[in-house]
Parts: sequence; structure tokens; C-alpha cells
Amino acid sequence: MAEKEKLTIVMFSGNLDQALAGFIIATTAASMGMAVSIFFTFWGLNIIKKNEGGIKSKGLMQKMLNFMNRGGSKRLKLSRFNMLGLGTAMMKRLMKDANYPSIDEFITMAHQMGVKLIACTTTCGIMGLEEGSFRSEVESLAGAAYFLGEARESKTTLFI
Amino acid sequence: MKADQSLDCVGLYCPMPIVKTAEKIKELKPGEVLEVVADDKGITKDMPAWCRATGHEFLGTEEKGGEIKVYVKKTGE
Repeated sequence: MAEKEKLTIVMFSGNLDQALAGFIIATTAASMGMAVSIFFTFWGLNIIKKNEGGIKSKGLMQKMLNFMNRGGSKRLKLSRFNMLGLGTAMMKRLMKDANYPSIDEFITMAHQMGVKLIACTTTCGIMGLEEGSFRSEVESLAGAAYFLGEARESKTTLFI
Repeated sequence: MKADQSLDCVGLYCPMPIVKTAEKIKELKPGEVLEVVADDKGITKDMPAWCRATGHEFLGTEEKGGEIKVYVKKTGE
């Protein structure tokens, strides 16, 4: 069989709606036989942080940041109409009523389909996040060069 | 249209019918036909596109009321 076509996604945003778009495209591409990598950077790292928390960072500012910016797929908010969480709760309810998978389920599904989940080392370094901050589906930490290495071989590249 | 296997995707939205089809098609032998029943209209465009990408043969669509049936023939490995 010919080498698989590649899709590479940069997941920069950490909003529920944007994460959903990313995972819909990623799982569909995997279903279409494509090799998919998602690079999580900056706010996007919140999507793959452990829901249980327990992030240990060193400096005071990093501690403050990870306290306020706790992350975890179950804590993501809508980019619009969050309305102190009410809008997000309603959207989650609508998704549930429509039998639609949650972000949590999408992450598990994507992982089972062979989608590679990669965390950006630079942001991890700046924000004080270690490999243990992320859920088990996250395959590795890598930098921009690895992303570009994948991206230049990809037919499709998305920045979300 | 006659099918060897059927997949119920009623009530599911994109991309779930495609994700489930990709999983289900592994159970079929080359030459066998899979029927996918759905009510999300996206499938009428999504399934032909999925077939073009994966090399399986898209046989057609049947619509009755709100129910959409699409047929895919599995090609050899």
C-alpha cells in the first residue's frame, strides 16, 4: 500500500468549540486513511492536560498560571457565549442530548484511531508543564522543527 | 439495493457515521456491500468523498422520508 497521506494540525486554542473542530477533522481524516498529528501549543495544551489536575510547577508565576489556567478537557469553555459557564454548560447539554461525543471521548477515539497527540516543548518549558501534566494519550513532547518536518510532508496543514 | 451488512447511524452527526463506517468496513470481505442508514444529510456528500479517499466503491444513495441509505462496496486490499 502506498504511504499514507498526512494531515498536521496545530491546536493553538484551548476553547471547547475550536477543540471540537480540530478533533472532528482529525478523526475524519484518520477514518479516510490519513496519518494525523496534532501539535498542541499555548492555550491548546489545556485540552490535553489531565482532568485531575496535580500539575507541579516550580516558580510562583508558573504556579499561579497553572492554578488559574488549570485546563483539562472537561474544563474547556466556549469561545463565545460562555456567560460565566452557563453557555458552555448548555452547549455540553445540547451535545449530550444529540448523542454527540464529548472532547474527552474525542481524545480517546482519536488516540485509538492512531492520531498522534504531541505537546509543544517550548510552551511546556515556559509555562512549567512537565510530561506528567498531560493525559496518557499524549505521545510525546516535541518542538517546532518536528512540527515543520511533519507539516512539509503533509498534504493538509491546519492552524486552529 | 441488496447489502451484505448494515450499519445503523440514525441520530448520529458528522463525523460519527464516517468513523463508524471506516471501522465496520474492516469486517467485510472484498466485493461485499455495506449499507449505512443515517438521517444526517451530510452523509450524501461525505460518503462519496470518503470512498474517493479510501478507494472503496460508492454505489449510490436511497432517500425515503428522513432516512438516507448509502451503499459502499468494499474493494480488495
